[in-house]
Amino acid sequence: MITLTWVYAIAGVAFAAFAMFNLIDKANPRRFGNAAFWGLMAVSMWAGNFLGDFGNGLLVLALVAIAGFGGLGKTKADEVPEATKNQRAAKYGNGLFAIALVIPATALAGTFLFKQFPAYFDVKQVTLISLALGVLLALAVGHAWLRAAPALPLSQGRRLMDSVGWAAILPQMLASLGAVFALAGVGDVVGGVIQQAIPAGSLAGAVIAFGVGMALFTMIMGNAFAAFPVMIAAIGIPLLVKQYDGDPAIICAIGMLAGFCGTLMTPMAANFNLVPAALLELKDENAVVKTQIATAVPLLIVNIALIYFLAFR
Amino acid sequence: MWVLLGIAVIVIGFMLRFNPLLVIIASAAVTGIAAGLDVHAIVSAFGKAFNDARYVSIVWIVLPVIGMLEAFGLQERARGLISGLKGATTGRLLAGYLLMRQATAALGLTSVAGHPQTVRPLVAPMAEAAAEKQAGTLHDNQREEVKAFSAATDNVGLFFGEDIFLAIGSILLMKGLLEQYGIILEPFELSVWAIPTAIAAFLIHGFRLWLLDRRLNAQAASVTASDESA
Repeated sequence: MITLTWVYAIAGVAFAAFAMFNLIDKANPRRFGNAAFWGLMAVSMWAGNFLGDFGNGLLVLALVAIAGFGGLGKTKADEVPEATKNQRAAKYGNGLFAIALVIPATALAGTFLFKQFPAYFDVKQVTLISLALGVLLALAVGHAWLRAAPALPLSQGRRLMDSVGWAAILPQMLASLGAVFALAGVGDVVGGVIQQAIPAGSLAGAVIAFGVGMALFTMIMGNAFAAFPVMIAAIGIPLLVKQYDGDPAIICAIGMLAGFCGTLMTPMAANFNLVPAALLELKDENAVVKTQIATAVPLLIVNIALIYFLAFR
Repeated sequence: MWVLLGIAVIVIGFMLRFNPLLVIIASAAVTGIAAGLDVHAIVSAFGKAFNDARYVSIVWIVLPVIGMLEAFGLQERARGLISGLKGATTGRLLAGYLLMRQATAALGLTSVAGHPQTVRPLVAPMAEAAAEKQAGTLHDNQREEVKAFSAATDNVGLFFGEDIFLAIGSILLMKGLLEQYGIILEPFELSVWAIPTAIAAFLIHGFRLWLLDRRLNAQAASVTASDESA
């Protein structure tokens, strides 16, 4: 059966290649740091299940030590000259879009198709499996039609990966921090503090505390999923549902979206806010967060109003 | 109460702009020690969670394809396509992308688009080309603004589309959590309430994109006016 393990094996190959290209690249002053960093990611993808919990923990500490103390650099090698790119763009035209669309098209088709064959595919992971398949297909098409050398995608991918740098593993790190928080019972303590902060007997006060609390706690945790159980336990169920007799479906569904407004406003949601800033090579790493605030704040107010007017009819 | 020190470490660490990876490790250590865990248990808990969350980092396998296509001029072609289209503006282009992203996410297709897959190779270069056409010349900070808006539009579209889909993680989380309180709900009863916010998100963000268009057009007008006066 095809499971995520197969996809991890492919990801391991990609990370190992990123490491190798750095190792032999004399144009990157920190090439050994980059090689070690992506090499450890390859180890994690290939052998994570055999390292044990403590072993994986040590691997994380090594990654943080390399990246946290300035061990990662960027290369100047492998850049394709602007003139060459313009010339090739003119030659291949809109066919380039067709190859770019191979990935989403395969992800889309595979998601529906592979679900029909639960004996061969892990149905919970079909989208990620299809995504990986789409990558392989796009590479094959590129090789056949563009006559791209087999090493070119990996050396160019390496350049993009290094421009993202340590931000690439931030999302995974934050998810892991969430697990430590859960183990230490942080959510229960925060819930207790919030409960004390709500003015008694005011429905509007409770709804505002719920919505704003979801957004704020999401901003701290970087993830609405972590904030949601805490806010539901502290305010959602005891006050909004039990005391004020609100509709739990509306309170939960829109409360989660109030949390998503928080996700738009925090650097802690690294994969949405910091990673694109790195990918787009923005000078200000917080530029995406700053742009999103003017959408997130009005939308948070709308969400709070929607809960207030819809859930307590 | 002492476990809250971990949150304080996060907030202060990010404000002082330490490397976020170091801040996260420091916060995990402080939180774990405050909760009475030993070092071995903290490292193990973190390692287990890191291994379980590897699927988050799978998306990077698209980079070789993007790198290959960019070497063959994908961004240049994306720019060329937009500058040849009459009536294509940054705001209209991004509003169209916003709608498409919301619609596909609402069908559960959250991974078909994203920052590495679509924003960097296609959406951002197209938005930039459209902005150049509108404003004449772009300053560096305007280029930054247009690129940041491209990324922001992807996020808004994803966040306020995905919860309309029945089987997305957050809907299943809500269903599971409510069951613990003895409240049984079908996913459909939850996901339908994501629709009002999805509409509001399109209107609010769309309005901001319209304002962006106006700023870019106004600049072109003022440039032309000053040309004429000179």
